[in-house]
Amino acid sequence: MLEVRALTKRFGGLVAVNDVSLDVPAGSITGLIGPNGAGKTTLFTLISGFETPTTGTVRFEGADITTLPAFRRARLGIARTFQIVQPFAGLSVAENIAVGAHLRHRSRGEAIRAAEAVAERVGLTQSLETPAASLTIAGRKRLELARALATEPKLLLLDEVLAGLNPSEIRDMLPVMRAIAASGVTILMVEHVMQAVMSLCDYIHVLAQGKHIAEGKPEEIARNSSVVEAYLGRGAASRLTGGTLNG
Amino acid sequence: MIALRTLCPLLVVAGLALIPAFTSANTTLNFLVFALIVALSAQGWNILAGYGGQFSFGHAAFFGLGAYGTALAQARFGINPWVAFAAGIGLAALAGTVIGYLSFRAGLRGSYFTLVTLAFAEVFRILFNAASFTGGAAGVLVKLDVRPENFQFASRSVFYWVVLGIVALVLLLTMRLERSRFGAWLIAIRENEAAAKALGVDVLMVKLQAIALSAAITGAAGGLYVQYFLYLDANIGFGPWISVETLMAAIIGGAGTALGPVLGALALHGLGQLTKGIAGGTPGIDLVLFGALLILAVAFMRDGIIGRLRRLLVWGRR
Repeated sequence: MLEVRALTKRFGGLVAVNDVSLDVPAGSITGLIGPNGAGKTTLFTLISGFETPTTGTVRFEGADITTLPAFRRARLGIARTFQIVQPFAGLSVAENIAVGAHLRHRSRGEAIRAAEAVAERVGLTQSLETPAASLTIAGRKRLELARALATEPKLLLLDEVLAGLNPSEIRDMLPVMRAIAASGVTILMVEHVMQAVMSLCDYIHVLAQGKHIAEGKPEEIARNSSVVEAYLGRGAASRLTGGTLNG
Repeated sequence: MIALRTLCPLLVVAGLALIPAFTSANTTLNFLVFALIVALSAQGWNILAGYGGQFSFGHAAFFGLGAYGTALAQARFGINPWVAFAAGIGLAALAGTVIGYLSFRAGLRGSYFTLVTLAFAEVFRILFNAASFTGGAAGVLVKLDVRPENFQFASRSVFYWVVLGIVALVLLLTMRLERSRFGAWLIAIRENEAAAKALGVDVLMVKLQAIALSAAITGAAGGLYVQYFLYLDANIGFGPWISVETLMAAIIGGAGTALGPVLGALALHGLGQLTKGIAGGTPGIDLVLFGALLILAVAFMRDGIIGRLRRLLVWGRR
C-alpha cells in the first residue's frame, strides 16, 4: 500500500533521514522504532506531506505522492496524528472530530453524526461536549486518534499515541487500536512503548541516526544485536549475552 | 440556547428597524446609519479574523475600494449607482483575493499578515491621493440626484432601512456559515493550521474564499458610505480610522460571533457620541476613549460583549 524508496531528508548539514526504504502492506500494523533522534517523526512528516524529501520517492497505492501537499494526501486516504497533540483547543470534542468528518461529509448534521460514531470507537462518547482544552492527556491522545479516524483513512500514521500514558491507560488503548486495524485500516506506528509494539505489530522497522538498520517480525527484532546496540550502545549486545552466560 | 441564538439577532434587527417609527431626528438617523456602516465593515472583518483567525489591520483597503469603485463608476463612467455599488463590491473582493494570494501563498501568518495588510491599505491611500483619475487630494463628489433608482432617497429612514437590510443579510449569512463545512474548516484553521492541514483542509483555498467574502462585505460598507455622504477622499476611504473602527467594533462586540460586530459598533459609537457630548469641543477625546476601551476589552473581555452576556446567562442559570 505504501512504498518508501531511498528517502533522504537533509536539514542543512544534518541528515535526519538517510536513504530509507520500507513497505507497508495493506491490512498490516507496521511498527517504526528507534532511539530518540533516529528520524522517525521526520520520516512521518515526509510520508504525510508536511515536508518534502531532499531525494527519494513515496508511493501510495501505486501512485507517486512524493511532492503532493498534506491536505491532498489526506483526501487520498492518509491520516496522521501528531506526537505533540494539536487539538482545536477552543472547540468541543465533537466539533474537533467533525472537522475531520467534514472531509467526507458536506452537511453539518452528517459530519456530527459521523463524529459521534467515531467517538464511540475510541471511547470518547462521555466527553463529546467537553472543550478539547480541558481533556486529560489520555483524552487528547484519543482525540488525535478520533480526528484522524474521522477522515476515513486507508492508512493511519500514528506518532506515539501511547507516549505519556500510564500503564492502565495504555492497556485501555490497545484494544481500540486493534479494533481499528480489524476494521480494515492499515496502520504505521511510531512507538516507544515496547510491550505495545511487540504485541500489536505484525512487522517492525528500526531506524537509528536516520538510517534503516533492521526489519523483521517482533520476536526477530527483540533478538537482533544491531538493534540492541542502537539503543544501549556498542558492545551492549555481547555484554548482555555474556551476562546471561555467566549468570 | 439554540432558540436564543436565533432569537437574539432577530430581536436586535427588529428593534433597530422600528427606531425610525419613533424618531425622525436627523442627528439620530445620521448616527445610526454611520454606526451600521461601521457594523457592516466589522462584519466583513469578522469573517476573516473572527472566524479565520487572520487579523487584518488594513480592511480600509477594502472599504476604500468599495467606496471608490461605487463613486468612480458613476462619476467617471455614468454607470447606474446600484450597478456601481455591485462593481465596488466586486472590486473589493478581487483586491481581497489578490492580497490574500500574495500574503497567504508566502505563508504570512499572525503579526506578519497584520503588517502586510496595513501596508497595502497605506499604499492604496497614497496612490488614490495622488492619481488624477481618482480626484486626487480633492476627492470625488457623487452628483446629488435624489431618486430611488439612483440609490439616493429623500428620506433618511429609507436609506437607514437599506443599510439595516444588508446588515441583517450578512448576519444571516454569518449564522449559516457557522453551521457549514466552510465555517468548520475556517474555524479549524484559526484554532490550529497544521492540524487542519492533516485533516484534509485546503488551507490556502479556504483562506482565499474567506478574505474574498470578508473584503466584499467591508467593500459594501464603503459603497454605502459614499452613497450616503456623496463625497469621498483617500483619507476617508483608505484612512487608518476605518481599519481601527472596524476591528474595534468586532473585538469589543465579540470576534467570532455573528452578532458581535453589530453590537460592538453600536456600543462603540454610542459611547463615542456620549463622550463628545460630555467633553464638549475637545477634539479627539472620543479617540482617547476608543483607545482606553480597546485596552479594557482586550484585558478583561476577551470574548467581547457577546462572551460576557453568554457567561452571565450561564451564571444566572446556576
